Amino acid sequence: MTELRTVPTRDAIRDGMAEEMRRDENVFLMGEEVADYQGAYKCSRDLVQEFGAKRVIDTPITEHGFAGIAVGAAMTGLRPIVEFMTWNFGMQAIDQIINSAAKTYYMSGGLVSCPIVFRGPNGAAARVAAQHSQEYSSWYAHVPGLKVVSPATAADAKGLLKAAVRDNAPVIVLENELLYGVEGDVADGDDAIVEIGKARIARTGSDVTIVAHSMMVIKALEAAKTLEAEGIDAEVIDLRTIRPLDEQAILNSVAKTNRLVIAEEGWAFAGLGAEIGQMVMERSFDDLDAPVERVTGKDVPLPYAENLEQLALPQPAEIVEAVKKTLYKD
Amino acid sequence: MTAVTKLSNHRASKEELLNYYEQMLLLRRFEERAAQLYTQGQIAGFCHLYIGQEAVLTGIKAATKPEDDQITSYRCHAHAIACGVEPEAVMAELTGRETGVSKGKGGSMHMFDPEKHFWGGHGIVGAQISLGTGIAFANKYRGDDTICVAYMGDGALHQGQVYESFNMAKLWDLPVLYIIENNEYAMGTSVQRSAGNVELYKRGESFGIPGKQVDGMDILAVKAAVEEAADYIRSGKGPYLLEMKTYRYRGHSMSDPATYRSKEEVQNMKEHRDPIQQVTNMLVEEHAVKEEDLKAIDSEIKKRIKEVAEHATTSALPNESELYTDIMPE
Repeated sequence: MTELRTVPTRDAIRDGMAEEMRRDENVFLMGEEVADYQGAYKCSRDLVQEFGAKRVIDTPITEHGFAGIAVGAAMTGLRPIVEFMTWNFGMQAIDQIINSAAKTYYMSGGLVSCPIVFRGPNGAAARVAAQHSQEYSSWYAHVPGLKVVSPATAADAKGLLKAAVRDNAPVIVLENELLYGVEGDVADGDDAIVEIGKARIARTGSDVTIVAHSMMVIKALEAAKTLEAEGIDAEVIDLRTIRPLDEQAILNSVAKTNRLVIAEEGWAFAGLGAEIGQMVMERSFDDLDAPVERVTGKDVPLPYAENLEQLALPQPAEIVEAVKKTLYKD
Repeated sequence: MTAVTKLSNHRASKEELLNYYEQMLLLRRFEERAAQLYTQGQIAGFCHLYIGQEAVLTGIKAATKPEDDQITSYRCHAHAIACGVEPEAVMAELTGRETGVSKGKGGSMHMFDPEKHFWGGHGIVGAQISLGTGIAFANKYRGDDTICVAYMGDGALHQGQVYESFNMAKLWDLPVLYIIENNEYAMGTSVQRSAGNVELYKRGESFGIPGKQVDGMDILAVKAAVEEAADYIRSGKGPYLLEMKTYRYRGHSMSDPATYRSKEEVQNMKEHRDPIQQVTNMLVEEHAVKEEDLKAIDSEIKKRIKEVAEHATTSALPNESELYTDIMPE
């Protein structure tokens, strides 16, 4: 095992890309401001200096076009990493992601695969209003043919990204802008790889299971601290991968706690919580001692005003409240 | 002999012309049989025929190298065959059988054969242009000498991602040849009713992409124009655009009775511009080939197509276990 280094998440992402680019010359990075500007959020700092403009490519502001170009390149066997400055801009490219990247392997009877990574910040940042603050996990997780990961820590941001680059399927990597500056202990090289499809127990507990990903893991851990002070021992499952979902990790935890809260930043309607709640009901209904609770983003476009933004986003206090509901405590 | 306008001043040997005659006739007889199988209920869904446009594809294949990549839209049966996919595998895909080129999972619009440098077969109008630009990107990235021929109809030319691709193709001088197969109608909407400027070959000019209009019913004109364009691209100067003025005799798809144009218009094209008849005339008048010899070739092709149809209608349906294969590569 290599020695762990404490680095901010944005550097972990950068290091992950650099390691994969050194390992495989078919890997390249493409996106807006990824080269000379060093990344809008500095996730590609120094990469163009090391790998040159051939492999770290500044694109014009043209998401649909460069996503399509990257998908075409991937079909021939290159391994593009496409950075969207935010996933909100990725919506411009969603046709190429779904109709071309996700479906071609099936439509071609397995003749044409698309080993590509799409990455960028997902969900709410800070005070940037509705068009720059949307959580896309359920959108992409809906589609067969895509893998979707959503790391909460620096180590997972690096490890899942490295696994994504090596994966032969198209992988959606949902990062979080507010977590880019958060430091964590990170390994190097192959030791850093985090297998896609495996959840992590972020906190062990016995009274209730809280399932979350990305920023909501941080909020769930905060809620767990509050609950601890009140004598409630919450287990927090960090999904890490949204699809393929680590169903067994959730079921194992629920078998122990008999109570489930799903915390997600996205909207409730047709969201991740609905899917996970249904899955648990189908597969281990008898393990549940209380109805499954959801804590989600409010059903509104995200407002700008500070107080309204806080109201719209799911907060730790709401997780605490939902947990108490599953325990029939006021 | 019908009164067909003489071919351009380009010349070809008897052997070349015989070869073109045979290739174009194969495409036509194939599509005629596909129409028949559709009417009989053996082919379902969408079925877009290439009849009338054969000189475009055949001329382009004659002017490019076998290892050059080709990618097109949903009107793709002929492109697959021209790239070397066995007609049996194409027809069996149309009938949705396990011996189809995509194992029956893609159907009429989704055929691929990477080994033959044929990249589909794409159903979202315009998407193939970004993908094809990406294939050209990959060729340049690898430093090989191949070009990508990316086909679009006169309808696809209005999609935004086409211009996004034009811009990046020129910005990075990618080895891509854009072909507009202008068959006068985007489904039922004529070029005059959809284009502010009907000189479609000029659409690349503002990006720095040279363009030319070509008589797409004249295979020798097509071949000469593509040879010139391919030389330009291979010399490293970047993309090139050719507008092939062509015509489809059938409706947009098999379900289109084509009421938006007159019978006389179609009849006039068939009588005076038909690409196969033009080559026939040349062979007979300038190379003293006997009409019965050409008819003998036609008979051979019809025999082959009969076998192709037999294969496609007697092959097994895909095994039901195929439902869940080829979703994601390992």
